[in-house]
Amino acid sequence: MAGHAHHDAHGHGADHGHGGHGDAPSHGSRREYVIGFLLSVVLTAIPFALVMTNAFADTRITAAIVTLCAVVQIVVHMIYFLHMNTKSENGWTLMALIFTVILVVIVLAGSLWVMYHMNVNMMPQMSGDMSAM
Amino acid sequence: MSSSVQVPAGASERAYHLAEEHEHEAGSSTMLGFWLYLMSDCLIFAMLFASYGVYSGSTAGGPDAKELFDLPLVALNTAMLLFSSITYGFAMIAAEEGKKAATLRWLAITGVFGLCFLGIEMYEFSHLIHEGAGPQRSAFLSAFFTLVGTHGLHVTFGIVWLTTLMVQVAKHGLGAANMRRLMCLSLFWHFLDVVWIGVFTFVYLLGVL
Repeated sequence: MAGHAHHDAHGHGADHGHGGHGDAPSHGSRREYVIGFLLSVVLTAIPFALVMTNAFADTRITAAIVTLCAVVQIVVHMIYFLHMNTKSENGWTLMALIFTVILVVIVLAGSLWVMYHMNVNMMPQMSGDMSAM
Repeated sequence: MSSSVQVPAGASERAYHLAEEHEHEAGSSTMLGFWLYLMSDCLIFAMLFASYGVYSGSTAGGPDAKELFDLPLVALNTAMLLFSSITYGFAMIAAEEGKKAATLRWLAITGVFGLCFLGIEMYEFSHLIHEGAGPQRSAFLSAFFTLVGTHGLHVTFGIVWLTTLMVQVAKHGLGAANMRRLMCLSLFWHFLDVVWIGVFTFVYLLGVL
C-alpha cells in the first residue's frame, strides 16, 4: 500500500500542464480502479447467474434485481471509472449529466408508455382488452 | 477600505481578465467539451434503446430474443469489455506516473481486449444472419442490430483512436497534449462500458427472461 500512498500524494498535482485551476480532473488511483472493477464483476455476475439458472420462478423478481444491479453498476462506473464528482469543472460535468439523465428518462419512459398504449388501443386483435385500460 | 478597492476600474481590471483568459487557453476546456459530446452521444443511445424497447415484441412471426441470444457468449463479451476498462485505468495511472513503456503496454492490452470484444460480436452477428435472423427479418431484429451495431461502431472507432494515440505517445511522449488526449479517450472508453451495461441488461438478460 506504500505505492498507493505515494501515488495519492501526487495524483492530483498540477504537473500535466492543465493545473492552476483548482478543478483539474481527478484521475483516480490504482485502488479506486480495482474497487470499481471488483464491484462491477460482482454486479455483472449476479444478473447473469440469476437469468442463466432461472433462480426465481417469478420472472418479475429476477427482472427487478437485474435492473437494480444495472443501475448500481452504472453508478459504480460513473464514480470509479469516469471519476464523476461534484467539483470537476466547477460542477458543470455533473449538471450536464443530470440534464442528460432527465432527458434519457423522458425519452425512454415516454416512448415505451405512449407506444404501449398505442399498441393496446389500436391493434385490432387487442380491442377486447379496452375495458382493462 | 483597502487601497486596492479604490484603484480606478479601468485598465488594471481589464488586464486581470485578459491574463486569466490567456491562462485558460491551452486546452483547459477540452474535458468539459468532450464530456458534453459524450452526453449528446448518450442521447443517441437513449433513442436507440427506446426504439428497441418499442420494437422488441415486433418479431413479425420470426425468432424472438429467447430463441436467438446466447448468454454465455454475451457474458464472455461483457468480461472482455470490463477487463479492457480496468487495463485502460492502469494505462492512465502509468501515464500519470510518466512511465511511457508501461502506458503503451497497458494501452496495447486494452486494444487487444477491445478487438476480442469486436471479434465475438462479429461472430454473433454473422451467426444470427446465417440463421436467417438478419436485420431485415423483423422490426425487433432491425432495432437490435442498430443498437448493438452502433455500440460496436463506437468501440471500433475507439480502437482506431487508441492505436493513433499509441503512435502519438511513442513518438512525442507523455506531454500535456497527449495526457489530455488520453483523458478524453479514457472518458470515451469507460462511457462505452456504461452503455454496454444497458445493452447486456435490457437487450440480452431481460430479453431472454
